[in-house]
Amino acid sequence: MKEILLKTEHITMQFGGVVAVDDLNIEIEKDRITALIGPNGAGKTTAFNVITGGYQPSNGRVTFDDLVIGENYPRSKMKKIYNGTYKTPFEKQVVNTPDKITRLGMARTFQNIRLFKDLTVFENVLIAKHCHIKAGLFRSTFMLNREEEAKMLEDTEALLERVGLLANRDEKSSSLPYGKQRRLEIARALATGPKLLLLDEPAAGMNPKETEELSLFIKEIKESFNLTVFLIEHHMNLVMDISDTIYVLDYGKTIAQGTPAEVQNDPAVIRAYLGVDEA
Amino acid sequence: MLKIKRNHLYSIIVLTLLMVFLYWLNANRLQNGMLVSVLQKGVILALVAVSMNLLNGFTGLFSLGQAGFMSIGAYTTAILLIPVQNLDGVYYMNGVHPAIRAFKMMVASSPEFIQIIFPFIALLLGGLLAAFAAAIVGIAVLRLKSDYLAIATLGLSEIVRAIFSSPQFDQVTNGSYGLNKIPNFPPMLWGAIPSLITPFIVVSICIVFIVFLIKSSYGRAFKAIREDEIAAEAMGINLFKHKSMSFIISSFFSAIAGGLLAMYMRSIEAKTFSITLTYDILLIVVIGGIGSVTGSVLSAFLVTAAKEWWLRFFDQPLLIGSWQVPLFRTGFRMVIFSILLMIVVLIYRRGIMGTNEFSWDRILKRLKFKRSKEGGKK
Ligand SMILES: Nc1ncnc2c1ncn2[C@@H]1O[C@H](COP(=O)(O)OP(=O)(O)OP(=O)(O)O)[C@@H](O)[C@H]1O
Ligand SMILES: [Mg+2]
Repeated sequence: MKEILLKTEHITMQFGGVVAVDDLNIEIEKDRITALIGPNGAGKTTAFNVITGGYQPSNGRVTFDDLVIGENYPRSKMKKIYNGTYKTPFEKQVVNTPDKITRLGMARTFQNIRLFKDLTVFENVLIAKHCHIKAGLFRSTFMLNREEEAKMLEDTEALLERVGLLANRDEKSSSLPYGKQRRLEIARALATGPKLLLLDEPAAGMNPKETEELSLFIKEIKESFNLTVFLIEHHMNLVMDISDTIYVLDYGKTIAQGTPAEVQNDPAVIRAYLGVDEA
Repeated sequence: MLKIKRNHLYSIIVLTLLMVFLYWLNANRLQNGMLVSVLQKGVILALVAVSMNLLNGFTGLFSLGQAGFMSIGAYTTAILLIPVQNLDGVYYMNGVHPAIRAFKMMVASSPEFIQIIFPFIALLLGGLLAAFAAAIVGIAVLRLKSDYLAIATLGLSEIVRAIFSSPQFDQVTNGSYGLNKIPNFPPMLWGAIPSLITPFIVVSICIVFIVFLIKSSYGRAFKAIREDEIAAEAMGINLFKHKSMSFIISSFFSAIAGGLLAMYMRSIEAKTFSITLTYDILLIVVIGGIGSVTGSVLSAFLVTAAKEWWLRFFDQPLLIGSWQVPLFRTGFRMVIFSILLMIVVLIYRRGIMGTNEFSWDRILKRLKFKRSKEGGKK
């Protein structure tokens, strides 16, 4: 039987009058790589933000690891202007902040890299280890948690070694070349110990060779860290190469879903997306 | 390993020399009144500057409430420490609240040990009160974005000041008359540390705590928030919790410094803690380097010494032969001070220290570099 790690039900995200995501239903199977594709402005990043707790959806429910982490229905002002497709509302309101959701085992990267720029490569990863700290502020300040601290340092070192950034450990993160910054952002996300890794356009701005390397890298870390991966990407080669399942968004609506082969040959997709590319 | 040992050795030597100097100063305090006064004020302001830096420089929260929290510490300390026999003199207009008098009688008749440590208890209470206030206020203001936070904390600081000088609290804070007859710094360790040295010890302990905090995992989380809130939150850092921690701790130490300031000045009034004080401290932080503890400390001493001592000379009329140099009169010193500030800011755009900290390795490298350059010339 297939195990579902993340599920969204009838997610609609409306900003004022703009419906950025409309009635999104996604099921992400454990240990698989799922991709979310679509033209610019389709609502992909918005979907990520809803899932990771950055936005509270206007309607719908997000379930992660059998726990409802977000649920909402059109209330007060939104009730009047709600313009989503799915009208039978949910009845509960569940809100979790992004940090809580990260601690539950979901980590992400950002489309426009968001590293801690003035800090070193090592610090960037080390900070991500903070979220599971056991010692309180005073114990930590008085260095009474030596073992824990030593473990954090050790794990960070090992992780940097694992992703091939150990040579850059003391460099300022913003001084890294672009490709390595992307890699560091993934390493930082891994440091929080996620079950599900969300990557927002990890290959953006990369040349074909770098994209190829990235594709290998994602497959590698997926195996060695027991991850389920959910990614947004425009590089079709990468998507078709590594994804098990693909969802296609256009103007907030899901226009297709299936295996790479199915999606590639879907007329709606060709019209909305691949068609645009060829034109 | 060897390097670490060497650095420790250097640190111990320098600290010992500093202690020797302070004891020498204590023995010769009568001839060095100005030096004592500048160093004591400098060290107190250093603590406020470092605690403000913890918030503004390390957590990225632009807060301007320092003076408010200092006043909480100063008033708490002053009210608790004014000797019972001076109460009537201090509160001559409105009388003192009976509860305060009763409390003081109780302290005055308590065992000697309690009386000896009571000044420190008073400082601590002031700090805790400020921390408590910060915790409550933080719920409201820490969710604001930076510019709004600055305005909210500034307003808050003014509210605190208004409360302290309001007639309703005349019997506690003595309203607009302020408080005086505040005892000087207490000695520590049964006199082994004379009262002149006490502020240096108290401030050192506080700053060491803050430095350790900054180096801990929580300090790193603070820096992450400073760098990028959204990324920090995505890395599992609870923004509100960590901002509160930083705000509460910063307020606690500001209040401790406020208490020390009350002991230093011997008399305080609500006006002492106006916005100008916050600006003075902000100035120290900016000159020293936003994000550098070493910078804040150095800058606190430099700014205090320049303002209160080295530039005094400009306030006196100056005669060259029989020609009186124009401009040399009271207040001219502040003009010179402002010009110097501008020059410093133009030369060191990110403050004297930037975001760097003191380290022996850096200093030794500098020295070696200089020596090799001189050697090269020969
Ligand atoms: N906070 C917001 N407020 C208002 N509108 C928003 C907000 N965030 C996104 N939108 C709108 O929602 C739509 C979808 O944006 P989104 O960033 O999710 O697209 P995307 O699929 O990630 O596109 P791209 O491929 O360019 O990254 C856009 O029209 C955008 O303007
Ligand atoms: Mg996007």
